Amino acid sequence: MSERSAVPAIEAANLSRIFETRRERTVHALRNVDLTVPRGECIGLLGPNGAGKSTLIKILTTLLLPTTGRAMVAGFDVARDPLSVRHRINLVSGGDSSGYGILTVRETLHLFARFYGVSRAAAHQRADALMEITGLGPKADTRLSNLSTGMKQKVNFARGFMSDPEIVFLDEPTLGLDVEASRAIRAFVSGWVRERPERTVLLTTHYMAEADELCDRVAIIDHGRILALDTPRALKRSLPDESSYELHLGGTPPPTEWTHHVPGVRTAFQHTHSATGAVELHLTVTDDHVIGEVLSVLKGMEVRVVHLTKREPTLESVFVHLVGRGLDEDDVVAEA
Amino acid sequence: MSDRYPSDLASVLRMNGAAILARASVRMVAAFRERSWMIGDTVFPVLVMATFVLVYRGLGAPPAYEAFVVLGGAMIAYWNNVLWSMASQFFWEKEQGQLQLYLITPVSRMSILLGMALGGMVMTTTRSVVIIAAGLLLFHIPLPLDRVPAALGLFTLTLASLYGLGMILSSVFFRWGREAWYTATLFQEPIYLLSGFYFPVSALGNVVATVAALVPITLGLDGIRQVLYGELAHGLLPVGWIPPILLVLLALYLFLAHRALTAMEELGKREGRLTIRGG
Ligand SMILES: Nc1ncnc2c1ncn2[C@@H]1O[C@H](COP(=O)(O)OP(=O)(O)OP(=O)(O)O)[C@@H](O)[C@H]1O
Ligand SMILES: [Mg+2]
Repeated sequence: MSERSAVPAIEAANLSRIFETRRERTVHALRNVDLTVPRGECIGLLGPNGAGKSTLIKILTTLLLPTTGRAMVAGFDVARDPLSVRHRINLVSGGDSSGYGILTVRETLHLFARFYGVSRAAAHQRADALMEITGLGPKADTRLSNLSTGMKQKVNFARGFMSDPEIVFLDEPTLGLDVEASRAIRAFVSGWVRERPERTVLLTTHYMAEADELCDRVAIIDHGRILALDTPRALKRSLPDESSYELHLGGTPPPTEWTHHVPGVRTAFQHTHSATGAVELHLTVTDDHVIGEVLSVLKGMEVRVVHLTKREPTLESVFVHLVGRGLDEDDVVAEA
Repeated sequence: MSDRYPSDLASVLRMNGAAILARASVRMVAAFRERSWMIGDTVFPVLVMATFVLVYRGLGAPPAYEAFVVLGGAMIAYWNNVLWSMASQFFWEKEQGQLQLYLITPVSRMSILLGMALGGMVMTTTRSVVIIAAGLLLFHIPLPLDRVPAALGLFTLTLASLYGLGMILSSVFFRWGREAWYTATLFQEPIYLLSGFYFPVSALGNVVATVAALVPITLGLDGIRQVLYGELAHGLLPVGWIPPILLVLLALYLFLAHRALTAMEELGKREGRLTIRGG
């Protein structure tokens, strides 16, 4: 056991993946990624849509070959010895539904355990424990076809742990789950990884707070590159001396280009809530008095400021600082 | 290395055996839980059977011909299952984001396919039993009981190689997706004819019959008819040849299925086609 704990859970060196798409387009989904994850760690990948998070997970879970480079999981080469890797890992992809509508929750969990050589007795015990923790208990004998999407996702999540893996890959595990369910799942993951020394979690998420709360280290990834990798605390400390502000604007404010002309504004990104239509402007400024200048420019443009708050540094500010835009900024592009 | 993971032959076999049964159980559970198929999957074939039986009676054909129709009807259920469920299984599992759940497991890919095949056979048997029962009760077809065990033996062999063919098809389907789907629709009807579901293959002439015989169900049906009804079956091949040929086909199909599966997985991993885009 101690011997195996010494081998890193994940070691990726110079990992790249290129996709050739139908229309002769070449997509560099991953570019020269180096990543070492020691045993016992919970590591988070944080990045916007298309950053390459799922691509990295697919390579590490033996579903995709890298174009260049090498990846070792649990000490085994994912390309050369996928079988040894598969014994030791499991994968939960948040979006998808797992299993068959005709089977009950319990049957689904048992089904997938059988593919790992888990004995019936062990499967029984594990399924009960997992259903209890995820709140699926009362639904144990309900068919999947009669479950809500959130419940199905919990089944999928529980399935990922039925094989008692050493290393678990969670691709957006709480995507679309309600607050309470997400909290239960985060609590489970952080407890699970601490239960045994060789256990390791790699997760991707869109939720900054999730990465902050759950992960020992966070990798910020964009356009297939890891831009930063450190503990959430160190990442936040690494921010240059600057302040972040959040402004809620009224009416239809112009795009953020005007901020380029305000000295002292470092980054700006604007986000329109698709539901409410409210516009949030996130600014980082070199000095607090810059915000006064911002307000007067806004006034000059006849943009109403509904609300103004100063923000403590969050992973979000780190993200904006490194990537130059917000994690949700794609929404803005999509809406424009 | 730790002994937590099966590495010796016995435990690897045990793990794969459990996986085959687990995968098969999905279909079996479905067959017994969801009974709505009873109507669609049995009433229509019985009606088709009835038409043929009445035509044969009108022509004054011997009663054994009516038995051929019933046997053919029961076998069509298997061919449909292979063509529609078995062959397209991987394709649909991928579309539903499910395929990756199987592919990340440490069992042999052949076990997953074998499980699917076994499940399909059991599920389809529930249909073919209904069809045969309907034939026996409605049309009073003759059934020489003493020859049933031999016929069942041949039937088992036929199913084995038929589902072997289905295992190849599922890799092919996976690779070609929707195009393969359209091809399958083209194949469905001609195979009904060629394989002699409703009348003896030898009526078609030797060349066509030989080609049709590559689909094991043709040979199997030919053999079963001969075993049960002797001369009247107008056999294509001497009945003694059929079991060895089916065995050879089974071995060949399993080998090809394994090759196709390995190729499919390798290519899929290289091209990024094993999973849907987002998941
Ligand atoms: N099979 C594929 N064929 C072609 N391009 C692909 C394929 N899979 C992913 N891509 C592309 O590679 C890039 C990275 O995709 P990936 O799914 O890894 O992003 P992601 O970080 O997981 O994004 P999201 O947050 O949306 O899940 C994207 O531009 C995507 O369109
Ligand atoms: Mg993704």
